[in-house]
Amino acid sequence: MITTSIKRRTLLGAGLAGASMLAMPSVLRAQDKSLKVGVYGGYFKTSFDKNIFPEFTKATGIAVESIAEPTGEAWLVQLEQAARAGQAPADVSMMSQVAMLKGQSTELWTPIDMSKIKNSSNLLDRFINKYPDGRVAGIGAVSWYITLVTNTDVYKEAPTSWAAFWDPANADKLGLLALVSNSFLLEVTAKTFFGGTNALDTEEGILKVFDKLAEVKPNVRLWYRDEAQFEQSLKSGEIPMGQYYHDVTGLAAADGNPVRSTFPKEGGIQDSGCWALSRASQKSEEAHIFIDYMCQPSIQATLSRKVGTSPTVKREVTDLTDKEFAAVSSDIEPIVPRYDLYQSKSDWLNQKWTELIVG
Amino acid sequence: MRREPPQKLGDYAPLLFPAAMLTIFFVVPFGTMIAVSFFQRLQGGFYTPAFVFDNYARFLSAFFGGVLGFSLFLAITVAICCVVLALPFTYMLTRMGRKVQVVWLVALLSILSLSEVIIGFAWSTLFSRTAGITNILVALGIMSEAKALTPSFGAVLTGMVYQAFPYTVLVLFPALVRLDPTLTEAARTLGASPLKAFFTVVVPALRNTITATLIMVFIFALGSYLLPQLLGRPQHWTLSVLITDQAIYQSNMPFAAAMAVFLVLVTLGLVALTVIAGRKGEAA
Repeated sequence: MITTSIKRRTLLGAGLAGASMLAMPSVLRAQDKSLKVGVYGGYFKTSFDKNIFPEFTKATGIAVESIAEPTGEAWLVQLEQAARAGQAPADVSMMSQVAMLKGQSTELWTPIDMSKIKNSSNLLDRFINKYPDGRVAGIGAVSWYITLVTNTDVYKEAPTSWAAFWDPANADKLGLLALVSNSFLLEVTAKTFFGGTNALDTEEGILKVFDKLAEVKPNVRLWYRDEAQFEQSLKSGEIPMGQYYHDVTGLAAADGNPVRSTFPKEGGIQDSGCWALSRASQKSEEAHIFIDYMCQPSIQATLSRKVGTSPTVKREVTDLTDKEFAAVSSDIEPIVPRYDLYQSKSDWLNQKWTELIVG
Repeated sequence: MRREPPQKLGDYAPLLFPAAMLTIFFVVPFGTMIAVSFFQRLQGGFYTPAFVFDNYARFLSAFFGGVLGFSLFLAITVAICCVVLALPFTYMLTRMGRKVQVVWLVALLSILSLSEVIIGFAWSTLFSRTAGITNILVALGIMSEAKALTPSFGAVLTGMVYQAFPYTVLVLFPALVRLDPTLTEAARTLGASPLKAFFTVVVPALRNTITATLIMVFIFALGSYLLPQLLGRPQHWTLSVLITDQAIYQSNMPFAAAMAVFLVLVTLGLVALTVIAGRKGEAA
């Protein structure tokens, strides 16, 4: 379970991306109505194929052909180029928030007709992705948390705040994500020391946050792109603290490893993926039925139980128990990444970030 | 076998196939990359065909100069370490019996079958505090406390030398096997010690081979992007790491292409310098 879940978000160079793109789509079941759905290859696709898609076909009569898509932006580039040629390698795809914004700039996403999404009233507002003019570009598919993780042998007491990263006592003990656009450490710093992510509204504000973040550098042993590298070191206590995915850490702890995931008092980082419909798709009708189906509280609860994702609908409407909810989420207000920055200022942020950690 | 220079156009025919392969798989992709390096990056989107120098302009900064300098320094160090280790090793190997040679060569070839990922993870475990080699030293009473040897420059260098060593041996092996043993014997009869014979006879006789090997390992090491990430700190990341970041994570193909073109040009320049210096040395 651990090894397959790693595949979900890791990109070990273009090789893996290429490999998952080449992965054969599941055999299309012979039925009149069908829909091609792109989901992240590996753990996500396996879980969806097993727990979600067969039930959907049973309920609606629409056959699903699931397509393994790479994370990162390779899939966005493919969808865009295919759409220019009038092709849709998948009708509906699970897309990251930054990819949603980039797709909006070329009108890649067919606006969703909200009158056909009866279950949309259940959704949390932040999971409805809109064009600047208010048309709906995508609907929240799954969300997950990045939290403060520690090795329980080394840290008997769980830390309570992200500020632990800045504690001089933790010199050379942290494992953090290596990219500005996937670590969301600017948001964490802004929320912890500057009162909220609004501190990132101006370039001066961002530079102040960068200065504060620079103080973390001496504490960082590993800046990781590859999840397996950090997970192994966390379990062994080699690198006893850092940021990591809440779901995978929970699975590792359940397997008896001395690790824990903590929601700091400033909140965990909540990242998410949207369902979006390619403008080249001819299956708008089926796509709306699919997206509506996925917004049902019972389906979101199933995803939480079987896939380990956090629900995109309000907690009250699901039948998740306290324990089940705590396994995937928290009532503490999350830190929601400033995706807009990674579109409007991406090159500048990337340059400053690289200079910060490499320099 | 008699060799004649080609007389007719038809004599060049056997060259057509390799030439076509080289064009399709090297010239065309490289040309595409050069073209893309001049394209206009659209922040928050993709890129559009254009002819701009922005991507090169962004690269020309002290920061990227430093990263390029470190990448070259690392590759040169790896090349020198590999040749210094591999030359005496291969020389001794060629003096050994056939069976021993086969065992060694098979062992070295098997290293080549390991992927960079496996090599990186293996070394990061060996260099770790919790499970690494320092624990053995502690058990032997040589060290008082186990400590982590990674991430560090030494760890990166070790991993990369380990990876490039088999190539070095395989390139040196044929030349050393063909080396006339009577040369060293003559030196020995004239009173040179084995060590002196090695440095005054074997090494000069193989000068061209050694230069070629250094260049090969240098280029091989320059492309490494995984080991510096797995075993090093961010200041040990090579230009290849940053190229990957731009291409895959930032989808900034024009800038990634510009950096790659720059890296290729600098590499070609260095190789040309080495070859020219080698020719001058020979003429003198």
